[in-house]
Amino acid sequence: MTMQRWTWRSAAGLLAALTLGLAPWAAARAELRVVACEPEWAALTTELAGALAQVYSATTAQQDPHQVQARPSLIAAVRRADLLVCTGAELEAGWLPLLQRQAGNPAIQPGRPGLFEAAAQVELLGVPARLDRADGDVHAAGNPHIQTDPRRIARVAAALARRLAELDPPHAADYERRHADFAQRWQAAITRWERSAAPLKGLPIVVQHQGFPYLEQWLGLRQVAALEPKPGLEPSSAHLQAVLATLQREPARLILRAAYNDGRGSMWLAERTRLPVVALPYTVGGSEAARDLFGLFDDTLARLLKAVQP
Amino acid sequence: MTPHSCFSCSLPLPRSLSAAAVLLAGLAAAPVARSADAAAPAPASTAPASAQRAAANAFNPAISLILSGGYTQLQRDPASWRLAGFQTGGEIGPGSRGFGLGESELGLSASIDPRFFGSMTVALSDDEGAAVEEAYAQTTALPAGLTLKFGRFLSALGYQNELHAHAWAFVDAPLAHQAFLGGQRREDGPQLRWLAPTELFAELGAELGRGETHPGAARKKNGAGAWTLFGHLGGDIGASQSWRAGLSLLSARPQGRESSVLDAAGNEVTHAFTGHSRTWVLDGVWKWAPDGNAHSRWVSLQGEWMRRSERGTLVADRTGLASVAPYRATQSGAYLQGVWQFMPGWRAGLRGDWLRVGTVDAGANAALLESARHDPSRTSLLLDWVPSEFSRVRLQVAQDRVRAGVNDRQVMLQYQMSLGAHGAHSY
Ligand SMILES: [Zn+2]
Repeated sequence: MTMQRWTWRSAAGLLAALTLGLAPWAAARAELRVVACEPEWAALTTELAGALAQVYSATTAQQDPHQVQARPSLIAAVRRADLLVCTGAELEAGWLPLLQRQAGNPAIQPGRPGLFEAAAQVELLGVPARLDRADGDVHAAGNPHIQTDPRRIARVAAALARRLAELDPPHAADYERRHADFAQRWQAAITRWERSAAPLKGLPIVVQHQGFPYLEQWLGLRQVAALEPKPGLEPSSAHLQAVLATLQREPARLILRAAYNDGRGSMWLAERTRLPVVALPYTVGGSEAARDLFGLFDDTLARLLKAVQP
Repeated sequence: MTPHSCFSCSLPLPRSLSAAAVLLAGLAAAPVARSADAAAPAPASTAPASAQRAAANAFNPAISLILSGGYTQLQRDPASWRLAGFQTGGEIGPGSRGFGLGESELGLSASIDPRFFGSMTVALSDDEGAAVEEAYAQTTALPAGLTLKFGRFLSALGYQNELHAHAWAFVDAPLAHQAFLGGQRREDGPQLRWLAPTELFAELGAELGRGETHPGAARKKNGAGAWTLFGHLGGDIGASQSWRAGLSLLSARPQGRESSVLDAAGNEVTHAFTGHSRTWVLDGVWKWAPDGNAHSRWVSLQGEWMRRSERGTLVADRTGLASVAPYRATQSGAYLQGVWQFMPGWRAGLRGDWLRVGTVDAGANAALLESARHDPSRTSLLLDWVPSEFSRVRLQVAQDRVRAGVNDRQVMLQYQMSLGAHGAHSY
């Protein structure tokens, strides 16, 4: 009996110590802990926060953000996060809700300022007219792959800077200053990219995955066909034949895929059509040159322009 | 009988309240979500996509439905399938022959308010009608890495037990789960988890429960009938590999737990066990995918080892002789399985199952118990076709050596279709 009493008293005491003791310790840390769901948002947070934030990216450019698992390391990272910066729009529907529920961290739950969704800050393309899984793994909110349009990244940056300031008021002026600096450099880069991209206007392309609508809209590319018959479904040989037939009627100039896509489908098509395959970095870290957000678009445009040069 | 360090299996309520009070205080002190303006939508010109489609039905829970069924070909009559020498319970065995509808599973889940998340899973089948598989609420606002779950839930001991059957790699449960946990163990009660604030994933958890499911039994007493302690460690090795390992202990106090077994003459009789049951579970998972990209190829290795010791009294042939004598048994079991996705949508798997009948001391009842010298084992091969995230068809061929001297070739073809909400995939 005394043994029992001791055990429960000490358990209660331990819990109380954890509850009351760890909370102020966590608040006293100097830097914000940020977990970004995708590398582009990790890079953007680093641009806006610099040394004020410690940034961890849950995925790399080599990983398909649809298919990540709620691994133990990610749960542990989210446990210690002050802010989650994710795409939203259901891109992370297969793993983010589990991380939120298993991490025991109230700060990053839905509706809290510690959860930032980039897709909620911009207008989305490809909002399905009907919601039916017969159309594949459709995203009800619209296409979530917004990071291929630098104009949208600019809007996300403004909102993210406000959110950082809200979470870390003592450094609000720093975030504002860093954002103003980033916005100015970014706008100058967009002007430069748009000027150099003039030859790409109206360029007919084939894509591997419906992952480029924002890049197409920005640069005026024209998508003639997609290798993935429906989002999340593997191309069948019948579908590949149909793509070939489409391309005979409406010739394209190149095949686009993301760094993380399996290259086999596009290679198959390239052999038959003699079209160049352009593997775009798609996000920060997707190629040697795409070391940050500026490098991402420098490299994206360089690869596209190289493929269309005679 | 040596005393066990069972500090909660006969827990008096007032003492448990002090722990509960601390939890409640933590919950109440947790910061509440601010109203909608906290998640500040962007200026009007940027037309936030998600904020504007809020309709009345947006508050409805996420609904998912799993349809499953298939065809089973068993070389031997499943009525003769039994784990001789083990006191078993729950839904175990290879199922019935021919075409059949499996369990259809209906799931509802949603945030309840800024402090709680709720989820319910109902399994619908001809045998059981509608059975509540899980129905729990879980905190989302406790600080310091704490999560409290309460209601009915799948126990977190080991690895596979906490996964829904449709998320298992193989069609059926490992033999160790069938022998010691009745296939899959649910618990009614509270579960508290604590996740350490470290880079290495480290969690500790405890469950206190009614203890009605195997190895427990129906109860009419106050207090808890079972408790479980579990701890897990996990992490990554580079970008391509991840792992998790754990140790769990389940302690139950069954009273009159009935098992249908064969007596020495081969007649089916019912025994009833009353006493203390303790199960240790050691589990480990390792996963690999090139650069961590599981789209095309991946490998997963998973294994668990269980050891159960039971001490108490056994009423042999409860409805007939009703002979009472002391009973002690120490038995173990393990499985090891590997699954390889060799191209998008196609997986192959191999699983080995072993049980050790161990030492059974039934005292004066020894002559009334089936003498079991045979260690059951099984080898299963799997081919899994997953055309999309929402559909799956799998073929499993097993060589089942559960019965002494009998080989049973089992072929199972199963479909699983998932409708509705996009499920999240647990590790
Ligand atoms: Zn998806």
